Amino acid sequence: MTPDDLPLLSARALTKHYGPRLGCADVTFDLYEGEVLAVVGESGSGKSTLLSLLATELDPTAGSVGYRMRDGVTRNLFTLSEAERRFLLRTDWGFVRQDARDGLRMGVSAGGNVGERLMAVGARHYGKIRDTASDWLGRVEIDPSRIDDMPKSFSGGMRQRLQIARNLVTHPRLVFMDEPTSGLDVSVQARLLDLIRGLVSELGLAVIIVTHDLAVARLLSHRIMVMRQGRVIETGLTDQVLDDPREAYTQLLVSSVLAA
Amino acid sequence: MTQHSVILEGVSKSFTLHLRDGLRIGVVDNVSFAVSPGECVVLGGPSGAGKSSILKMIYGNYRCEAGRILVRDGEDLVDVATAEPRRVLALRASVMGYVSQFLRVIPRVSTLDIVAGAAQSDGVGECEAWSRAERLLTLLNVPERLWSLPPATFSGGEQQRVNIARGLAAERPVLLLDEPTASLDAANRAVVVRLIEEKKAAGAAVIGIFHDEDVRDRVADRIVDVTRFATEKAA
Repeated sequence: MTPDDLPLLSARALTKHYGPRLGCADVTFDLYEGEVLAVVGESGSGKSTLLSLLATELDPTAGSVGYRMRDGVTRNLFTLSEAERRFLLRTDWGFVRQDARDGLRMGVSAGGNVGERLMAVGARHYGKIRDTASDWLGRVEIDPSRIDDMPKSFSGGMRQRLQIARNLVTHPRLVFMDEPTSGLDVSVQARLLDLIRGLVSELGLAVIIVTHDLAVARLLSHRIMVMRQGRVIETGLTDQVLDDPREAYTQLLVSSVLAA
Repeated sequence: MTQHSVILEGVSKSFTLHLRDGLRIGVVDNVSFAVSPGECVVLGGPSGAGKSSILKMIYGNYRCEAGRILVRDGEDLVDVATAEPRRVLALRASVMGYVSQFLRVIPRVSTLDIVAGAAQSDGVGECEAWSRAERLLTLLNVPERLWSLPPATFSGGEQQRVNIARGLAAERPVLLLDEPTASLDAANRAVVVRLIEEKKAAGAAVIGIFHDEDVRDRVADRIVDVTRFATEKAA
């Protein structure tokens, strides 16, 4: 078997209870390199809990997540040391948050936000860090002359693009995205989606994106998982699930979208 | 005898509408036919007979409830009905092309990039991809002044021709055509016929739906009448 035949990430029977309340239950799937998986569902469906579990921000009640490290060895994320997990998060993973204020350092300049991740992987040469940061600002369509400006002075769409630059600068293999386009104006959303789509295919990223917006799922993802009440109720090729939904709840979701 | 490119065996499809009290609508039952390289099979029958559903099942866009849909990928025969999503995606990336009359517009990507991008999925270089794109857009009478623009603002006919160019830019051993010529004028229909003939000559297995009799008669080697797979309608 070549490495391409092995999953990058494998979730097995992943379950989280918050006391008596269910976060998510029995979630099992494989994600391969270069694959974009959308997790869709309404508020409270467990999709954000699942993302937090995968990113090791929460400990599961039961189940495991295997991750194939850069050395080719698959490890259970929940048995890694804290230092190993932090290293993954800073280098091999990205996490694009719904609210840019949670994903950026608001008191640090745009260039600093991007450069900080580089320094975390050992970059020390100031000039090179600044050049790379400037290059990445350009790639996410932020005028590099704004490199010393604070994210506070940026619009919502720019902040999201800056978050993307900060996350991608270390060439991660896996990026988590939590509703990255919600809360933005429609025209800003379209631009951001297009940018994400281009970068994901250019860099061959694996992405797990949580969204309640089926149009976002259709545009970005290869595969889709529909969650309801903490469980995965339907899964498959994105266009198959959206065009030929099998479950009653998925049919309801798909039929509830207003066609523009 | 040549090896078939696509084989359908006992394929069935119905929709269960849970929002309509579980109403079950039968589409087709026990569909069986096979297509060889270089052959064009046209699906015949009236609107609603299930022709598009059959194409969509072959492409993996609709689920297949029963039977097998075998698509040849080199030495392998892949059963689309049961294959993993990533296997179906791999087929779409290198084996199956699908052209409908509708273009799903992607904001901000230029017409030339859309078509050249499709050509590049073959792994050909940028130059070859661009020259293929330019040739197709020229043949399909998409004015050159539009090439640098995203097709979002184009007329319906222009978008349709961009979509055909995109769908035919890559070399695919299996081509699924869902009324690509609907509402095209005679000149452009003739171009599409010529392009389909080129694909057949290059060894592609073509499965198509064409309401236009003139086009159908010119490209079809065989017509499969879908009404013979009809199921009982809603029980």
